[in-house]
Amino acid sequence: MVAIALLSDFGAEVADDFDLSGAWKLSLLSELPIGTVGVVESLDLPGEIQHHLMHMGFVPEARVMVVRRAPAGDPTVYSIDGFEVALRRDTAQAIRVREYETPNTR
Amino acid sequence: MSDCCGPIATIDVPIEPRVAGRIRTVALVGPPNSGKSTLFNRLTGLRQKVANYPGVTVEQRMGRLNGIGRSDLILIDLPGIYGLDSYSEDARVAVEVLHGEMPGTPTPDAILLVLDSLQLRRQLMLAAPVLALGLPTLVLLNMSDLMEARGGQVDTLALAQELGVPVAKISATRGVGLDAVTHFLNRKAEPERSIAPAAGRIELPVMGNPRSYRQWAHGVSSRTKYKAPISNEWTKRIDGVLLHRIWGPLIFLVVVFAVFQVVFSIGQPLNDGLGDLLNAAGAKIGALIGHNWLESLLIDGVWRGVASVLVFLPQILLLFLFIGVLEDSGYLARAALIADRVMRSIGLNGKAFIPLLSAYACAVPAIMATRTIENKRDRFATILVAPFMTCSARLPIYMLMIAAFIPNKPILGDLFGLRAAVMLSLYVLGFVAALGTAWLLKSSILKASSAPFILELPQYRFPTVRSLGLRLMDRGKVFLRQAGTVILAVTIVLWILSHIPFHADLAGSLIGRLGQLIEPLIKPLGFNWKIGIGLLTSVMAREVIVGTLGTLYGADPATQSLGLQAALRHDLTLGGAMALVVFFAFAMQCTSTIAIVRRETNSWRWPALQFVYMSVLAYVAALVTNQVIVHFVR
Repeated sequence: MVAIALLSDFGAEVADDFDLSGAWKLSLLSELPIGTVGVVESLDLPGEIQHHLMHMGFVPEARVMVVRRAPAGDPTVYSIDGFEVALRRDTAQAIRVREYETPNTR
Repeated sequence: MSDCCGPIATIDVPIEPRVAGRIRTVALVGPPNSGKSTLFNRLTGLRQKVANYPGVTVEQRMGRLNGIGRSDLILIDLPGIYGLDSYSEDARVAVEVLHGEMPGTPTPDAILLVLDSLQLRRQLMLAAPVLALGLPTLVLLNMSDLMEARGGQVDTLALAQELGVPVAKISATRGVGLDAVTHFLNRKAEPERSIAPAAGRIELPVMGNPRSYRQWAHGVSSRTKYKAPISNEWTKRIDGVLLHRIWGPLIFLVVVFAVFQVVFSIGQPLNDGLGDLLNAAGAKIGALIGHNWLESLLIDGVWRGVASVLVFLPQILLLFLFIGVLEDSGYLARAALIADRVMRSIGLNGKAFIPLLSAYACAVPAIMATRTIENKRDRFATILVAPFMTCSARLPIYMLMIAAFIPNKPILGDLFGLRAAVMLSLYVLGFVAALGTAWLLKSSILKASSAPFILELPQYRFPTVRSLGLRLMDRGKVFLRQAGTVILAVTIVLWILSHIPFHADLAGSLIGRLGQLIEPLIKPLGFNWKIGIGLLTSVMAREVIVGTLGTLYGADPATQSLGLQAALRHDLTLGGAMALVVFFAFAMQCTSTIAIVRRETNSWRWPALQFVYMSVLAYVAALVTNQVIVHFVR
């Protein structure tokens, strides 16, 4: 329920309004906690899937927010360019992101 | 890795129309979930042609623009795509159609590009490669009413100037703004061009690079003052419950159970009612024809045969109504998300859950419902295992054999007896065979190098009666066309085989002799030649065997069920009876399924493989069953 309360503070374009001036570290998309934002660095997936994801907006410099996990803990729902897409852990593991340490929500 | 702020790479594209003169064919292009199908239905009305593109499993939809009074123009609905690179079968088909390289499909000379205005920034990525084709294009911003109601906005004039083509706001579900399409088509029919881009030429990003597309799309959307709507709070709140760790799976199970319950408790009586109606009508027509060979062919053969398939129509439509409501409301995607973890353990993905569940009623709609699975290997695996689920056509022979051979002994009180236990184990048997086959397929011929599962979660919406109705009509037509062609042909062949030589009874006919011919082959299973004939006639549809056995045992139709049970007990051992139900649990005795697999995989290879595999499995399993019972049960 905490996650839900937190999410209602975000708008649709949250990922784009995010303050990204703070410190960051390299991470994998699958490692980001719920409610945080990562900036895509690179993708390392087989051609067809990589292409599909890039056409959906997972390109370098795109901002991705972790929205929620499925009841079984996997897949995870991400928000990118104002829509939601679910990826399995093994796919999200192949996406390297910059993780910003203190998400500035307001 | 930070060239986000550098200049956008662009190339100049001349936007003169490729084809001067009249427009005959219009292509409808758009990303998945942009409301393209709804618009297609609006623009074409109810008369559409649905087929497969040659050599691929992508559905081809064409129709005349009757919806806006332009029946002289053909509209082609292309598959939903994100780009025009050949990243998927859908995209390859779209590219071939747009370039006029698809055999049997007219070359489009204008494009309607549908974009979801709720996610315009992302959807604009598709505009770049589409505009680069240089065809006269109209950009339709769908769901503009929703966007504006939620506080979003976009300057359409500025967008038209940026893109160099006309732009219109529409709402496909409400049918608002469609006169823009009429205007566009009327205007473009004249040779001169009337919409000029701001600077004479427009700038498009370097082709084939999603990254430059995205930068370009973001640039365009900010220059046209696009403001995305405030996200649908309701969707987030509903997801908070429907995807909740505890409530989510619980609600999922309730939904699944409710669908199952309704399909059986309402669908089954509807099927039976339609069956009675068709038989009564057949008898009436038969009486008009008189008692001769023509009556026998038309009524006993064709009418009864086609009716035995038609009776499934109510249940199939009911199932598609549910699937339609689940899909249009947005819940189907959530169900796939919840089921994914379990389905993955057997090598399938979450999107296969609902189709496999539907297969408990009938494999035909289940196989048609696999279209929601984009991954081809996963989709084929689901198609190949679906017929193992215990469909309702298996129930008549199960019930007959269980009633005849299994004593009604209670196991757990009065509620759960031995008969119920046998019935349940037949369900489990089919399910286990499906799991085993899925595993086998995914580790052999349908092995995937990786398991991509990319699931878009659309916002929740109310399904409209119109789109549900169209879906039912569409799926109903596909099913009826099978009944009208393949099944009709099989019925006639079966009738001829069972009536030659003339005046012979069923046992003396060609099919009867065939049944006796295969007796040595099926003897180890505990079957006699009568069962053999039943197996042959039930290739049409599983439930046909009950009627065949009834005819063979010469039972009076009025007391057929009672008389037949006694006759079977005299003629078969327990081993043979149980082997028969096990055979039916595994064998693909269903022409409709074979026909629909052929249609959905667009090749005879898959249904042939499936038929051989299931028949061999059925034979071996029935053999083992009979031998075990003969040797170990009293």
